[in-house]
Amino acid sequence: MLEFLTKRIIQTIVTLLFLAVATFFLMRLAPGGPFDNDKVWPPEIQANIDAKYGLNLPLTTQFTTWFRDLLHGDLRDSFHYMGTPVTEIIRDAVPPSLQLGLLALGFSFVFGVGLGVLSAWKRGSILDFSSMFIAISGITLPSYLVATLLVLLFSNYLGWLPPALWEDKKSMILPTITLGLRPLAIIARMTRTTLLEVMHADYIRTAYSKGLTESRVLFKHALKNSMIPVITMLGPIAASLITGSYVVETVFQIPGMGQYFITSVINRDYPLVMGMTLTYGLVLTASNLLVDMAYGWIDPRIRVDGTK
Amino acid sequence: MNSFLKDKRFVISTIVLFVLCALAIGAPLFTHYDYDAVSAGPNLIPPNRDFWMGTDVLGRDLYSRILYGARLSLAVGFCTAIFSLLLGTFTGAIAGYFGGKWDKILMSLVDMFYIFPMLLLAILLTLMFGRGFFGIFLAIGMTTWVSQARLVRALVLQARELPFVEAGRAIGLTHGEIIFRHIIPNLWGPMIVSLTFQIPNNILTESFLSFIGLGLQPPYSSWGTLANEGFRGIQSYPHLMIFPGLALFITMLAFHFLGDALRDILDPKSSLGSSIGQ
Repeated sequence: MLEFLTKRIIQTIVTLLFLAVATFFLMRLAPGGPFDNDKVWPPEIQANIDAKYGLNLPLTTQFTTWFRDLLHGDLRDSFHYMGTPVTEIIRDAVPPSLQLGLLALGFSFVFGVGLGVLSAWKRGSILDFSSMFIAISGITLPSYLVATLLVLLFSNYLGWLPPALWEDKKSMILPTITLGLRPLAIIARMTRTTLLEVMHADYIRTAYSKGLTESRVLFKHALKNSMIPVITMLGPIAASLITGSYVVETVFQIPGMGQYFITSVINRDYPLVMGMTLTYGLVLTASNLLVDMAYGWIDPRIRVDGTK
Repeated sequence: MNSFLKDKRFVISTIVLFVLCALAIGAPLFTHYDYDAVSAGPNLIPPNRDFWMGTDVLGRDLYSRILYGARLSLAVGFCTAIFSLLLGTFTGAIAGYFGGKWDKILMSLVDMFYIFPMLLLAILLTLMFGRGFFGIFLAIGMTTWVSQARLVRALVLQARELPFVEAGRAIGLTHGEIIFRHIIPNLWGPMIVSLTFQIPNNILTESFLSFIGLGLQPPYSSWGTLANEGFRGIQSYPHLMIFPGLALFITMLAFHFLGDALRDILDPKSSLGSSIGQ
């Protein structure tokens, strides 16, 4: 276990380093600069600005100085939000995104597995058909449409829930559903497929022949084994949910990471882009690590350190 | 052929997609107004007999705009999916067939693309190559070929152990001939299935990029652009967002049912999860 962890931590560091280098140089390849304006600056002023932010140095020097600062825990100040350190922006943006992401993850897991089990259990019935229709709609509906429809229905016509902001529990319901619908659909379909596959296994026949009831076989024996592919997908799903969704955060005016992620690239806010990318990479690798460790718990035959 | 016609999902979704393509290609025949004709009618009226889907803020006929938008959305979906199919198949086949050093190099390249935030890459590519068709095409194509490469590699790894590959070598075929004339044609089932799922995903990605304002620039307007315009006035003029969204939804639904049907018919053993990712 210790060996496995050290190996994974080294892997994570290499991955993040690659991410940082690639993002840094790709950002600089993109045309336009952080201080471009409708008006063209006089060259002296442009030179002064570049000098102040170190943009006149060779790219490799810029990267190494940025990297040295990173090792000291300093992600620099944002170019766009003048005078605000990137670490501060990340600190403020992560909690709402994390909260929303975890809520959506929980929602999609509980209801996704629920719908999947229901439709596998009552396969061929109207219940199966309607849950799978919900699932396919969840995959095919663009999230901005889902958000719009939910707001129109629950806020404008019924007036039950607030249309935007991230304040009390009530305001969290609609964003959670919007963000969670797609993973819910993916999980439901996956659960149904694997559960139907598992139901043909020998040990399920054994369980039936022992005289167990169908629901007991389904919930006690089949469900746990059918969860492995579902858990596999939870890693990337969790990362994408937690790092925020631009659409959901825009529509519902949530001050999370998703918005910064995109606006920072558009503004060529180099320090903020780097900060956001590193945070994204960290969340992604951490959730993959958690998923790998969860395998061992669900299926003890799988050793997390890769030995057989 | 019979098993295709017996599958209701296949028949219905093929008809829907056929009608959709016909409407998109023959858009001038099916519309009364030009898609960019400003003030074709009063501004912002809801659907009525003359303007089946209402008009937008400049008085343009939304129905015409949606039909012409279908050309863009479908073209982007098809072209990017075929691009990622070709690039992914080539990379995956080489990695899977030769194994060893090639496999390591190519697959670590694929892994790098995998961890790179898709959205960031897409935005960067549209910034670099402009917001024309080519920029969007690259942005979506470059972010989707990696999953294709992984799929093909896994399939080729299995296929290269089969007797026909050995037979090919015995009669002196070159590696290129074995890969592209013998192995790949044997894999067309799963590849067609993954292509069918890739197209709607790419259409959705394009609409998403357009929605956040990074899509094709005017005068082009894909469904995502239309939805974005509609979003600004959603409370007062819901039709401006509902119709583009509905068009997108129907297309996505048809492709997904087609993909499901094709998977059951062509590739019954596969457990390839549909539309994972995004």
